[in-house]
Amino acid sequence: MPGPIQSIQRAAEVLKLLAHGGAHQLSVGEISRALDLAKPTVHGILRTLQEVGFVEQDVEGGKYRLGAALFQIGTSYLDGNELRAKALNWSDTLAMRAREAVRIGVMHGKHVLVVHHVFRPDNSRQTVDTGALLPWHATALGKVLVAFGEWPDGELQRYTRHTLTGLDLSTALDDVRERDWAYDLHELVEGEASIAAPIRDRRGVVVGAVGISGPVERLCESPDQPPRLELVSYVREAARSVSRELGGLSW
Amino acid sequence: MSYIAAIDQGTTSSRCIVFDQSGGIVSVAQREHRQIFPRPGWVEHDATEIWTNVQAVVRDALAQASLTHADIAAFGITNQRETTVVWDRETGEPVHNAIVWQDTRTDAVIKQLGDQDRFRERSGLPLATYFSGPKVRWLLDNVEGLRERAGRGEVLFGTMDTWLIWNLTGRHVTDVTNASRTMLMNLETLDWDPELVSAMDVPLAMLPQIRSSSEVYGSYEGVPVASALGDQQAALFGQTCFAPGEGKCTYGTGAFLLINTGDQPVRSRNGLLTTVGYKIGDEPAAYALEGAIAVTGALVQWFRDKVGLISSAAEIETLARTVDDNGGAYFVPAFSGLFAPHWRSDARGVIAGLTGYISRGHLARAVLEASAWQTREVVDAMNADSGVDLTTLRVDGGMTANNLLMQFLADVLDVPVVRPIVAETTCLGAAYAAGLAVGYWPDTAALKANWHKAAEWEPSMEPAARDKGYRKWKKAVERTVGWMDEDDD
Repeated sequence: MPGPIQSIQRAAEVLKLLAHGGAHQLSVGEISRALDLAKPTVHGILRTLQEVGFVEQDVEGGKYRLGAALFQIGTSYLDGNELRAKALNWSDTLAMRAREAVRIGVMHGKHVLVVHHVFRPDNSRQTVDTGALLPWHATALGKVLVAFGEWPDGELQRYTRHTLTGLDLSTALDDVRERDWAYDLHELVEGEASIAAPIRDRRGVVVGAVGISGPVERLCESPDQPPRLELVSYVREAARSVSRELGGLSW
Repeated sequence: MSYIAAIDQGTTSSRCIVFDQSGGIVSVAQREHRQIFPRPGWVEHDATEIWTNVQAVVRDALAQASLTHADIAAFGITNQRETTVVWDRETGEPVHNAIVWQDTRTDAVIKQLGDQDRFRERSGLPLATYFSGPKVRWLLDNVEGLRERAGRGEVLFGTMDTWLIWNLTGRHVTDVTNASRTMLMNLETLDWDPELVSAMDVPLAMLPQIRSSSEVYGSYEGVPVASALGDQQAALFGQTCFAPGEGKCTYGTGAFLLINTGDQPVRSRNGLLTTVGYKIGDEPAAYALEGAIAVTGALVQWFRDKVGLISSAAEIETLARTVDDNGGAYFVPAFSGLFAPHWRSDARGVIAGLTGYISRGHLARAVLEASAWQTREVVDAMNADSGVDLTTLRVDGGMTANNLLMQFLADVLDVPVVRPIVAETTCLGAAYAAGLAVGYWPDTAALKANWHKAAEWEPSMEPAARDKGYRKWKKAVERTVGWMDEDDD
């Protein structure tokens, strides 16, 4: 069997780079610098990708973005704003049932990006933190996203004495895959807990996570126990409803 | 445990949402219907298709939550307003497709009826193609033999609430909010006004009985059908705006700002409509002032479908965030003239302030900002009419998922913008009104207790920037008016 084909690898790198930028477009120069490839090479790759509709540019000689054909055949790229729009009803309902704040997250580099936030329904003063970045390993949202995605490179900071790293963390992710939901207990902030479940698109790919967070006294039976199953069921039901909205479930 | 099922018969689709006692959504089902465009400016719906879809979405929503009719305490109805249908009393067959609120075929009827403010005192409305009265008049004038049959009492008129209630329960009734959009109802008596009815030349025999918005009209499959509210009034109800001065703005295809003015109708001097907000059973009606903006979400759809720079409506935010401001571009979407507060049918859209610097990101910004500036104009009119300044804007509708727009809205209004925890306030309002009628909820105070903030955006724009932006917006609006000439269609 022949080895990997270099030009396909490079084309994949180019597409990943464009996907990462979201709506931000990149020029040939920017791509060649980012991937450390010669400009003519990048240009050749882009031309070919453009021919098959995987990338597009507005004007001849302009910047590039992912093309429509790519979206049609399906990629794991889902616009965060799109996800929020589809999830609106179900995240509201989750907040009302659980009486806790709801967040929806997607992976953004090495962090969890909050794409939607619903206030805890007690009319207290709260601020929208959509756009904030959370550490993946110390949050239920992040554990779901990494358990069903790729483990990002980089050091994992310990926020409390409960923050998991290394083998403990990897065992915890095995559990998440097994159970199909995740929690954190004092792992980001002492006294706080969170619960999250995966959102899947129509191909079954995990494209986001939805979850609740709050003080352990409200989320757990006792401070050292996993979260209450009733709350877990609300979170999982919300995740299933959003997945259904995305065409990820047929029921 | 029992539930309330709200039927939302909208412009593009019919939906059924099942709610629990906390106002949480249990299930949602939706079916789109055909938009029929026989000629430019004409828009029709097949009322029979809509009735079939409504039966289907009720079935689907119940099935999704594994419920039967026995689990439903009441059905509530909310509907696209002003859309007009006439049908045969015996067979139930519509005599013509329903004429949709956007349809402008009654232009000639309107011109012939004379001064724009002729019916404003009695009906609260300016003469416009928008309302139902002129549409039923057109049907009477143009469907062969219809006027004679109407005179003999063989055919019935209704807005979509009436059409659905008639099919669901066999009763020919409408509610005060829908009736207030016909241009045939007297705002004071809340009954058909003999002078308006005769000026429009519509036989009284074909008009439904006007009832409150929250009472049992009849039953369907053994379940009481217990509310009817026009969609914008339903959203006002769902946002629990029960006290005078409380209001909301719903962002959909267009945007509609309604403020509760209490038990007295307030006549607008600033281009707003006077309408009925709701009427609960035997209680006095609550009136409202309404600022109607024709194009908000429709501009984002246009940008998606006709310009093609985005593939979904939500992506407009992604594109708009690639730049820091509008680059000096302003987009006034006067696609079919301007509604409130201008009411200029001779206006058409412009993009002003174009330079070579403007990119698609700037245009995306200008598209979103148009919704906010149009809201600012309507809020200014509300403040002038009511003499009291709005202190918070409650918002709902699909576009509230757009955080960039919500922040910009707070910035240009200079008041906090608040989204409640159920963005589906239209359906929620219909559910609330039905639930009140059957005792599922005890009173409006219990509904208020269900209202919670889901998000809040605080203004953060420098006053100088706000003033400059508004000045530029107004200049852009000036450039839209008077575009249409006599020889334009």
